[in-house]
Amino acid sequence: MIRFEKRLKPSRATTILTPFVAVLLTMIAGGIMFAALGKDPVEAIRIIFWDPLFDSNFADYSRPQLLVKAGPLILIAIGLSVGFRAGIWNIGAEGQYIMGAIFGAAAALAVYPAESALIFPAMVVAGALGGWLWAMIPAILRVKFRTNEILVSLMLVYVAESILASVAQGVLKNPDGYGFPGSRNLQQYPSAFNEEVFANSGMHWGVITAFIAVIFTYIMMTRHIRGFEVRLMGEAPKAAQFAGVSTTRLVVFCLGFAGAMAGLAGMFEVSGPAGQITIDFNTGYGFTAIIVAFLGRLNPIGILLAGLLMALTYIGGELAQLMLGLPGASIQLFQGMLLLFLLATDIFTNYRLRFGGAH
Amino acid sequence: MLEALLEITGLTKAYPGVVANNDVSFTINKGEVHALLGENGAGKSTLVKMIYGLVNPDAGSMKLNGASFVPESPNRARASGVAMVFQHFSLFDALSVAENIALGMDNAPPPKALAKSIEMVSQAYGLPLEPKRIVGTLSAGERQRVEIIRCLLQNPKLLIMDEPTSVLTPQEVEILFQTLRQLKAEGTSILYISHKLEEIRALCDTATILRHGEKVATCIPASTTARDMAEMMVGASFLNPIKAQREIGEVLLQVDNLSSQSAEAFGTSLRAISFELKAGEILGIGGVAGNGQDELLAALSGEMRTGSETVRLKNRAIGTLGPNRRRELGLLSAPEERLGHAAAPGMSLKENSVVTAARRMGLLKSGFINWNATDQFTQQVIADFDVRTPSTHTPAGSLSGGNLQKFVVGREVSQQPEVLVINQPTWGVDAAAAASIRQKLLDLADNGAGVIVISQDLDELLEISDYFCALNEGELSATYLTADLELDQVGLMMGGSHGAGQEAAQ
Repeated sequence: MIRFEKRLKPSRATTILTPFVAVLLTMIAGGIMFAALGKDPVEAIRIIFWDPLFDSNFADYSRPQLLVKAGPLILIAIGLSVGFRAGIWNIGAEGQYIMGAIFGAAAALAVYPAESALIFPAMVVAGALGGWLWAMIPAILRVKFRTNEILVSLMLVYVAESILASVAQGVLKNPDGYGFPGSRNLQQYPSAFNEEVFANSGMHWGVITAFIAVIFTYIMMTRHIRGFEVRLMGEAPKAAQFAGVSTTRLVVFCLGFAGAMAGLAGMFEVSGPAGQITIDFNTGYGFTAIIVAFLGRLNPIGILLAGLLMALTYIGGELAQLMLGLPGASIQLFQGMLLLFLLATDIFTNYRLRFGGAH
Repeated sequence: MLEALLEITGLTKAYPGVVANNDVSFTINKGEVHALLGENGAGKSTLVKMIYGLVNPDAGSMKLNGASFVPESPNRARASGVAMVFQHFSLFDALSVAENIALGMDNAPPPKALAKSIEMVSQAYGLPLEPKRIVGTLSAGERQRVEIIRCLLQNPKLLIMDEPTSVLTPQEVEILFQTLRQLKAEGTSILYISHKLEEIRALCDTATILRHGEKVATCIPASTTARDMAEMMVGASFLNPIKAQREIGEVLLQVDNLSSQSAEAFGTSLRAISFELKAGEILGIGGVAGNGQDELLAALSGEMRTGSETVRLKNRAIGTLGPNRRRELGLLSAPEERLGHAAAPGMSLKENSVVTAARRMGLLKSGFINWNATDQFTQQVIADFDVRTPSTHTPAGSLSGGNLQKFVVGREVSQQPEVLVINQPTWGVDAAAAASIRQKLLDLADNGAGVIVISQDLDELLEISDYFCALNEGELSATYLTADLELDQVGLMMGGSHGAGQEAAQ
């Protein structure tokens, strides 16, 4: 008989090891899926994980894309991870991302075509504010009326999507756009354009902000009392109360921080790689970032690595669609497997397998 | 005359990292009250769980009435005539007494017949209980009666009782003992688990003493002194705390007409509590669990806010201040629940120092934690309070109960509080550690601090407190000099045999 036995204390080795095992298992299970779709599994895995970085035909295009995709994922995941450590479950980063983009773009479009060095910083502030405000809705509802922030934040994603559709065809619609939905392209508005800091690196201001957020959060969580309070709340809520931590303030802080980070990610995206507000501007970064946060063990450095890995599966997945004709859904399934296997292997952190032994 | 009911031979059970029971053998005779004695963690619970079929032994065997007895599950144990009353009750608050009893039976009779037999049994054994009462409204003593009657309805040959008196007033203990003596006279054997030595001397015929999972001695309690039994349990002699004469100073803490609603369902609301605490004084607050102890601690620690003027520290109104402000002013506290409330199990001792000492000990510099200073403070606590731990990085959850309690008490005492409020300072702590914790509390008062000890252990309170009062259903009794108290009077202050003593206490 095989059974689980609780470990005396969580194993440190497995904590670090399980993400790698999860990636390996995802490759195996994904390979089986690709084989079932009639494709060569080894080739598919190689195209997803290897070719974007090292194949001479694709690397020039793909390498910068890695940072372009990883930037928002890391930024959003960092924001989410703080709340997750405290047991505050913001599932609505996608909505906060959308609102950040709308606020950021609106700030620029309000003064179009004026040129000033103050415009871009103002957009940054507006983007963070948009995401923060959107996250304050579940925060205040939870604090005042004890609603569940998981449901409220998730539902607000669909509200944000409706607002996006509305502004793309309404107030933010390009007056010179021949009636097509979508805003002016900010890439053609120099003061508002989130340009690459180094040419062909993919490193735009959002990526730099993501790196700063990683360092900032790492220091906050390990050295600052606020980070300690966050961890204490997640470990033992009653002990946090005993330590004088105000639940209200912590809920507002965690949701607000996550909202602001997601809002920033949306603003950098709309002013850079995406360029304009469109009906289908959002592509699910806000949800994928949840996987990134957990894959990175809610640890800032882990999230940095997990964000890069997840970006790779995006780019590699697109490549595989192109080269092998794999359906797009199979790539999403592949990413979902990653979270599933991570959670499944997680049990070994606290338990170990025992064979036989029981009567 | 002496006929063996249960013979236990060589029972052994190991868990990862610890041997809970090693080669334990003893015999329980028919109609005998047999005590199982040992400190927390000595292996008493594991042993009775094996008898009751909750845990399967790794080695060893049992014989019941001469036949091999291998209980694979509690159902099988019950079918063989073994019943057990647990220390922590498994009752549903929202259901009635009869419904709770029916849920715990393997084949419950129809409701009417069951209600009738409940009444019969409760009368026969002097355990008054109404089948229709909702369990949420019962006192701890009455809840225990529900569990006992549930067992008695199955006509057990062996009744196991795990620390039954820890939730009872002295009067309720006397009622319970009468019931147990009656059962014994009818030929039922009782396995009685406890670490209260005087009780065992009063009730039990034989005692088996466990230490570190092994049987170390068997004795006749009536002819052994409590001191000898305690030393057999601990395996060493230890010092009793010494109470010195102290100077009583000015009033430090005043609580005036403190009332509050409990935040939890079936919790206890505090009702118009008033008392004073002077410097150099230890005030003992007794009472049966669930009579407002947790709520009172929360109201004093600052976790629960009340009217500003209801709590005054050194003549300053602090009722609306949070825990950290109160700590800065000198009012410190230690709640009952060590893991999850006083300390976070997954965090290291060093991190757990930050929980209460961050501000008062100056461990913060513009919001950043000074981990070096924190480590030094933690090491000081570990050294001064003899906390056995590999390092300051060890998670709090992996310390034994006694060691963690020493750390929790040490963390507060080392901050030199002016007033310390502590709930159940030695609950689940071995005798030697308990004695050292009590000594530290006495030392604290000697140095001029005011100490409030909330405890359900009457012996503890009578030993260390200068003044004594009791909580009963959220109300605090009048305060008496401990030295003048009689045990009967204490029982009445605690609510007596439930409900009967309230008028008398006035």
